[in-house]
Amino acid sequence: MPKQTPSQTIGPFFHHDMFLEDANIMVNDQTRGQRITIVGQVFDGEGEPVTDAMVELWQADAQGYFNHPQDPNQAQADRHFRGFGRAETVNNGRFVFQTIKPGCIPGQATPYINVRIFARGMLIHAVTRLYFDDEAGNADDPVLNSIDPARRRTLIAQEQSDSGLTYCYDIHLQGEQETVFFDP
Amino acid sequence: MPETDVYNSIDWSTHPPYLHEPYRSTVYRSPRKPLLPLPQTLSELTGPVYGEDDLDPLDGDLTRNAVVNGEPIGERIIVVGKVLDENNRPIPNALIEVWQANACGRYIHKIDQHDAPLDPNFAGAGRVLTDKEGNYRFVTIRPGAYPWRNHENAWRPAHIHFSVFGRNFLQRLVTQMFFPGDPLLPLDPIYNGIPDEAGRKRLLSSYAHDITRPEWALGFRFDIVVCGRRETPFETKES
Repeated sequence: MPKQTPSQTIGPFFHHDMFLEDANIMVNDQTRGQRITIVGQVFDGEGEPVTDAMVELWQADAQGYFNHPQDPNQAQADRHFRGFGRAETVNNGRFVFQTIKPGCIPGQATPYINVRIFARGMLIHAVTRLYFDDEAGNADDPVLNSIDPARRRTLIAQEQSDSGLTYCYDIHLQGEQETVFFDP
Repeated sequence: MPETDVYNSIDWSTHPPYLHEPYRSTVYRSPRKPLLPLPQTLSELTGPVYGEDDLDPLDGDLTRNAVVNGEPIGERIIVVGKVLDENNRPIPNALIEVWQANACGRYIHKIDQHDAPLDPNFAGAGRVLTDKEGNYRFVTIRPGAYPWRNHENAWRPAHIHFSVFGRNFLQRLVTQMFFPGDPLLPLDPIYNGIPDEAGRKRLLSSYAHDITRPEWALGFRFDIVVCGRRETPFETKES
């Protein structure tokens, strides 16, 4: 049986319009659900902004469904929401996504977004999750509960100014505030 | 949860580690705390789905998709391959994005300061979907080597970057394809971040005479393997 093809770094030059233009805008006029903005900044182990990273999001639609054949609820998934977004961090390490608040996947405790981080200096991408600080279900989430409480907050996007519309989620690749990363 | 851990996870015997000191940029960008396990629930077993409507027919021809006033300079090549999982099952409709330097080793990018000419007719970016048998094909210009500042007299071997979306987000892969016989390979800390020699060899394309088109372009083959379903004696085979 063949073995996995090894990963290599994305390098500093993944910034073609073909791949990135408007890829951080995950909604259109017909997408169902509450519009939210996710903002954040990627930092390295010295606290310096990482200006050549790419952040990818993968999430369920507003009802918690995926437009994917593996989802038993695919037929009901929002046709106007692919669920995927990507953003670069050329602006001083900052990224911005326009998306919708995901619904809770049936059978799971709380909504979240899958996150992947790619960068020059990362030979393989990092895997993490984004949770929302205004979700009571977080208390029952087995993944959050498996994490040392002191580090759990690295996965929780903070609602800014109580608007419920903008969430802040910084990513620390290394250091005291290192984000929790997973081995899926 | 019945779906938990049905796929093989990342094979760390062949993927490079986050920290590989000879590649200097890894020093402050490598996560250092232990990775935590993540159950393979529906959000990991799904991923973006792509179709022909998402691509332009010229996206797979880098020699034509950025033409301004003529043909790009350099050696035209055809790159083909198959996207498979570890169980040898082809992955149809996998989206492959490729990007690369031009024949002179220069990227179209603000931060690429290499003193080599840009090619007005070559952007160095393309994308293709695999067919029902997992096969892909694109046409491009053979990229040049280029210098970087990792260490004294550091040069990247010629390579094409690949980004792959398989059936689900677990199969997400970004890698680089190299050319056989490149003398810079043993000197490259990125390539040599891969711990095992067999793994490094899997990033080498092979010359494919059956793909070479007479009087027109050389062919290269590069197959890509992403994680597959875990197979146990108790599991029935299904695709």
